[in-house]
Amino acid sequence: MTEVAAAAPAEIIPAVSARGELPAWRLLIRRPSFLVGATMLLFWVVCALFGNAIAPHDPLAQQLLSINKPPSAAHWFGTDSLGRDVLSRVIVGAGPILTVAPLATLLGTVLGTALGLAMGYFGGLLDALVSRLVEAVLALPAVIVIFLFIVALGTSVSTLIIVIGFIFTPLIARTVRSAVQVERHLDYLSSARLLGERPIRIMFVEILPNVVPTVVVEFTVRLGYAIFAVATLAFLGFSVQVSAPNWGSDINSSYGLLGAGYWWETLFPALAIASLVVAINLVADSIQQVVSE
Amino acid sequence: MTGADQASHADHAGATEAVNAQLAAPPLALQVSHLDVTYRVRGRDRLALHDVSFEIGRNESYGLVGESGSGKSTVALALTRYLARNGRVSAGSISISGRDPLAMDRSELRDLRARTVSMVYQEPGKALNPSLRVGRQMAEVFQVAGSDKAEAAMRSEAMLRKVQISDPGRVMDAYPHQLSGGMAQRVVIAMALAANPALLILDEPTTALDATVEAEVLDLVAGLRDELDTSVLFISHNLAVIAKMCDRVGVLYAGELIEEGPASQVFEQPRHPYTVGLLRCIPRHGQRKDHGRLDAIPGFLPQPGHKLAGCIFAPRCPIAVQQCRDAPPPAFDVGPDRTSRCYRHDETSGLPRSTPADVSLPTPPTAADPVVRMRNLSKTFTSKAGQVAALAGVDLDIGRGETLGLVGESGSGKTTLARLLLGLTAADEGSQLSLDGKPLGRDLAHRGTEELRALQIVFQNPDSALNRRHTVRRLISRPLAKLAGLSGVALRDRLASLVASVRMEERHLALRPSQLSGGLKQRVAIARAFGGGPRIVVCDEPTSALDVSVQAAILNLLADLQAKERVTYLFISHDLGVVRYLSDRIAVLYLGRIMETGPAERVFSGPHHPYTEALLSAVPSLDGQRRTRIKLAGEIPSAANPPSGCVFHTRCPRRLSSGICESTEPPLAEVEPGHLMSCHIPLDELRVMQSVDASDDNTAS
Repeated sequence: MTEVAAAAPAEIIPAVSARGELPAWRLLIRRPSFLVGATMLLFWVVCALFGNAIAPHDPLAQQLLSINKPPSAAHWFGTDSLGRDVLSRVIVGAGPILTVAPLATLLGTVLGTALGLAMGYFGGLLDALVSRLVEAVLALPAVIVIFLFIVALGTSVSTLIIVIGFIFTPLIARTVRSAVQVERHLDYLSSARLLGERPIRIMFVEILPNVVPTVVVEFTVRLGYAIFAVATLAFLGFSVQVSAPNWGSDINSSYGLLGAGYWWETLFPALAIASLVVAINLVADSIQQVVSE
Repeated sequence: MTGADQASHADHAGATEAVNAQLAAPPLALQVSHLDVTYRVRGRDRLALHDVSFEIGRNESYGLVGESGSGKSTVALALTRYLARNGRVSAGSISISGRDPLAMDRSELRDLRARTVSMVYQEPGKALNPSLRVGRQMAEVFQVAGSDKAEAAMRSEAMLRKVQISDPGRVMDAYPHQLSGGMAQRVVIAMALAANPALLILDEPTTALDATVEAEVLDLVAGLRDELDTSVLFISHNLAVIAKMCDRVGVLYAGELIEEGPASQVFEQPRHPYTVGLLRCIPRHGQRKDHGRLDAIPGFLPQPGHKLAGCIFAPRCPIAVQQCRDAPPPAFDVGPDRTSRCYRHDETSGLPRSTPADVSLPTPPTAADPVVRMRNLSKTFTSKAGQVAALAGVDLDIGRGETLGLVGESGSGKTTLARLLLGLTAADEGSQLSLDGKPLGRDLAHRGTEELRALQIVFQNPDSALNRRHTVRRLISRPLAKLAGLSGVALRDRLASLVASVRMEERHLALRPSQLSGGLKQRVAIARAFGGGPRIVVCDEPTSALDVSVQAAILNLLADLQAKERVTYLFISHDLGVVRYLSDRIAVLYLGRIMETGPAERVFSGPHHPYTEALLSAVPSLDGQRRTRIKLAGEIPSAANPPSGCVFHTRCPRRLSSGICESTEPPLAEVEPGHLMSCHIPLDELRVMQSVDASDDNTAS
């Protein structure tokens, strides 16, 4: 039962493997899907940071003489029902969504990782309680829960971040917990205990580095969900500033005009949301594959 | 196997050879010539096998030995065309019973795998489908071979009987996870033999099994081979197993077959320096840590795909000359049916050692006060099956500076004992554990820094025991800071001396475990264990995950460190040869109880407890002197429901007819000074019984 023998064919073990393991980023940039996703993501990040400088027009400027104009040389994506340039609104609209979603996901990841480490390491009652809580959260559609909180607390950027972050916390905790439980069976934890290490140190110094890949994957996957949730809330009318460019609320204010043939006012913000989610999912998938190799 | 059996077997084999030589017509079971296998890794071709040629005659058993990475499994995969997608046969030819698998299309290949070649792998658990009953999986094999359903069921049952499963009905109704490892491997072997293949490939078939179970499976394979007229390709890293099972043997090193010939000759008079080195790495009778030391092979396997101008072994060879480095040696004929790829094959018998054979080690004082005293040490786990007594009232002392070897089958409680001693698991109420006469806290939470310092462990698997995200420097420094309380310059000095004493180099400090070889990883683990200046180090199977050439170096390192640091070892191993090499005293554990304890030489030379006798006789030996196998009936009983009386009576070959063994548990009594045994049979009677068997054996062989 104990002898472990030669198995993998090509695995001729050198004293010190010259290449060892390739750094993760080098494995990542070899993947076409990562490159495509990262390029798209980078595009939107640039838009979010420098939107007002890039946008060809002022996204708030209303030109009441040219409302609902189809795409043209002057307005590539056309104009909306108030005569605002759709392209400029799409570009600048990356800003709010790429502020709220990453911050909310980061909050959820930090809290969820800490909770997951504690659940996985201590087990017992804490684990049982939080596990039930996770199941309760999973049973409810996240957007409805967020919706309820926002109705109760009012709309502000920080409310959005905190509410989405809290919703994500138990979900991320659950994933981290199962990664920690795999680590728990490894002897290096016994070894650390035999040195008299404290639980906090064992969790954060010994275990955490080993579950970081899981955490990174979880962050990227959740980020995709967060983008979607923020856009959905904006569509439902829960955006911070009503007139500011925002993909979700722009779709909301223009989709009634689809029947009149003004498709560009809805299509381009919708494509923006889709491309951002696809970009993040491509990146998330690539990271997951590199991690699990 | 008795001596008479062997004799008739040898006659039989001799006759077959003679017939083959006369006719020379029936195709060989397997013929491999000048085989090259290449793996394409990151856009570059890497040669995994080079110029491998060998043949297996009908009803012949051929052994392939080599360390991990030598290409043993690649040979098996190439033969059945199961190479990974990036691997291909780049040169040479294969012929199985006269057919060429390399030229086959898919349906022919299926037919070949269904009827002509069968494989048995290391892990029986992984070879069986966990969601199908055993009977259904077996029947499938017969159905593929053309039987209808009823016939398939009947033939499955017959086949299970053939692999000595006494209750085939129950086994066929069971799911694989309900079978023990030995039972599952029998089922796999039965399935492999179902189609009566011309060639059976066994890839480390007993490596995952206990020695007693291994012995049974090996006997079974040997018996079936004669009965079914099947040729066997036996792949193993274990030279003793190969020596026991095979007529001929080939030694693989870095993808090349460096020596080949009849097994007995190759192991008795190896003609290649690598084979010589490999054999010197295995502890044999009479070798101890202080005299007749194991010799390690210096250096490491060449990097895969690394091209050498000359002999692949030259960089590690103590007798390499310029010629060896200039051109690769051809296969020299060095006797009837023997080849060696060495220019200096005539000079291998006098191969210089890389380490001195004899060293003086301080003998542990036979002191009165033991360093560790265990009294009524018990551990009961509660599971679905009820209360499981993993350890039941163990009384054991460990003397200062000695090595206590702890042996027993898996499930005997070895690891539980170690964990209780270390405090990783809390012992049951009423257990007493003391260190230097002072009681030890029941678990780590109740122990102070001094107690933590005193007890450390080297785990079996360094991959699991070392945090893979930390560097070697961090791994070794931590105990120095935490337990020895060192910092700054003092820490750096101690780190340097510790690294040197486990024979590692400064450049290794910046690396992470994944960048180290198995042996180096275990050295890091050893350095960690010694970092705090321990009194007692538990070695839990420290070499069983390592290759033999590495094992020898680690064992010698442990012996030297013990002498230098004056520590006490609790050495746990299932490998009796290793235990014997290193231990001063032995304790034999069975179902959580001590069966026998005493000085190593006494316990090994006998008279010994019937269980010890069975364990010893199950171990295949390289020495040629075959002991009568004391067969153990069945497998270790469940600790949840231990047998009445003497717990060993259900499997004991020397059970008394009076019935006392079933009714009364024998006390652990001192039968000779320092030698304790738990058996109703008096020592003198055991001596008579065991010497009779031994003399029988001597006259037969």
